[in-house]
Amino acid sequence: MTLRNPVMTASGTFGYGTEYTDFMELGRIGGVFVKGTTLEPRQGNDYPRMAETPSGMLNAVGLQNKGVDYFVEQIYPVIKEYDTHMIVNVSGSTVEDYVACSERLAALEKIPAIELNISCPNVKEGGMAFGTSCVSAAQVTKAVRKVYPGTLIVKLSPNVTDIAEIARYVEAEGADAVSLVNTFLGMAIDAESRRPKLSTITGGLSGPCIKPIALRMVWQVYHAVSIPVIGMGGICSWQDAIEFILAGATAIQVGTCNFVDPSVSVKIVEGIDSYLQRHQIDSVNDLVGAMETL
Amino acid sequence: MKQLVFTIRSNEPLNDQNHLLKVAPSDNTPLPLMLPGQFVQILVENAPHTFLRRPISINNHDPEKNEIWLLVQVVGEGTRKICEMKCGDQLNMLLPLGNSFTIPSAPGHFLLVGGGVGTAPMHFLGKILKENGFTCDFLLGGASEMNILQRSEFEQIGTLYCTTEDGSLGEKGFVTHHSLLQNKVYDFIYSCGPKPMMVAVARYAKERGIGCEVSLENLMACGFGACLCCVEKTTRGNVCACTEGPVFDINELRWLD
Repeated sequence: MTLRNPVMTASGTFGYGTEYTDFMELGRIGGVFVKGTTLEPRQGNDYPRMAETPSGMLNAVGLQNKGVDYFVEQIYPVIKEYDTHMIVNVSGSTVEDYVACSERLAALEKIPAIELNISCPNVKEGGMAFGTSCVSAAQVTKAVRKVYPGTLIVKLSPNVTDIAEIARYVEAEGADAVSLVNTFLGMAIDAESRRPKLSTITGGLSGPCIKPIALRMVWQVYHAVSIPVIGMGGICSWQDAIEFILAGATAIQVGTCNFVDPSVSVKIVEGIDSYLQRHQIDSVNDLVGAMETL
Repeated sequence: MKQLVFTIRSNEPLNDQNHLLKVAPSDNTPLPLMLPGQFVQILVENAPHTFLRRPISINNHDPEKNEIWLLVQVVGEGTRKICEMKCGDQLNMLLPLGNSFTIPSAPGHFLLVGGGVGTAPMHFLGKILKENGFTCDFLLGGASEMNILQRSEFEQIGTLYCTTEDGSLGEKGFVTHHSLLQNKVYDFIYSCGPKPMMVAVARYAKERGIGCEVSLENLMACGFGACLCCVEKTTRGNVCACTEGPVFDINELRWLD
């Protein structure tokens, strides 16, 4: 899979791309990771699902989506016309769910890749449970690899002791790339009412506040695996993107900042281009993992 | 929907908590069509604890001046920063967002009920109703006289009735206690304000078989249907208040179940 540039948008922050077409040209970015898709429709969690935090936000959406059949029948015919890579984020409660959902998506010619979401912190069953143990992460990757011939990306949870070890396990089971990080488990309480700010009490923290930790994890995983690493976590500017690339990311995803500036991904593409020109670097690939140590 | 930079033409404090900002596109781009009930998302700059945009309903759209009005209540750091902005300062906004109130297709008696800063979209709606040849009554509520904002603007559009909790203006109590609701029969009611008020208005309307639309103020991140944070439970399941709303027919909501 070859990208026009390393800037993509993160699942759960970019809808199906359609939501953003008033604000930017999808053809300017390298790819779109569409919202988490499950085998069966899901209503998601109760409101409130969001709490703003300093330099970020907590969410507890809980994978609200209309299921893979709806995606195939209603969404795919629209988004297959978009001039960028449309990658589907796949989630499930059981290994069988992941497999069945991935099989449906394998039949879609214009979906070049899927991203296995083994890291959603907002669902009771499955999700992050798969991504926090090496054995279960390996198990789901292996099962999907058998039925999915396209590019298989596994999205890792940062809520683990050693993310590099999980990355090695999914690489060993045939993942073509890893993407990291998903959100950090967090919470917020309203001091006045003494109530949690999210209906689920805990949720996923994202935004610029997580960037230093995400960057460290990308750097660790880059040194642990040979497959490409897709970095994300609070990227809001081209400088942020360059940092992730220098730490070892082959490509990056812009997530929560899309909510604040819906055209930020295009600005990052432009910023990277001018950075490369200014430094007389032919290809962004030359920067991957090119951090110079002291 | 567009992302546009606006210049603040005026910023008038209406009381110690609320400011009326009149803004126009900095490059004089003609404003897109805007409908009553729609809102904007304002980027708050230089506010370290404010990461997300602030959703603010459209208080008025003046096509001749290519200007919109925003009634902003100081709630936290983000809205305080917006209210502190000066004439000539710039605001980055996404607009117009959301659906709109339904404009009636036949003459009738229309009541617009607003509470607190929720009166803001009632002004724009009343103006559009008047332009379409409809007459309307406004019933506005607040804690005290100083909380009933833009009275002269409302009086230019329709008949204004008020309630205040301390009795300093109009009848004492909440809007749903106003004698108007016992004495006059309405064909349709529109409402925006604190949720307990809108629930009471919805109950009043439903009990009498009166059509009613309410505008919700659910917490949101993006404002254009991407984050799925502002969902409201409806007869169609969880839907985004920012794109399927903020205006809902009360029969779609699960408030009175």
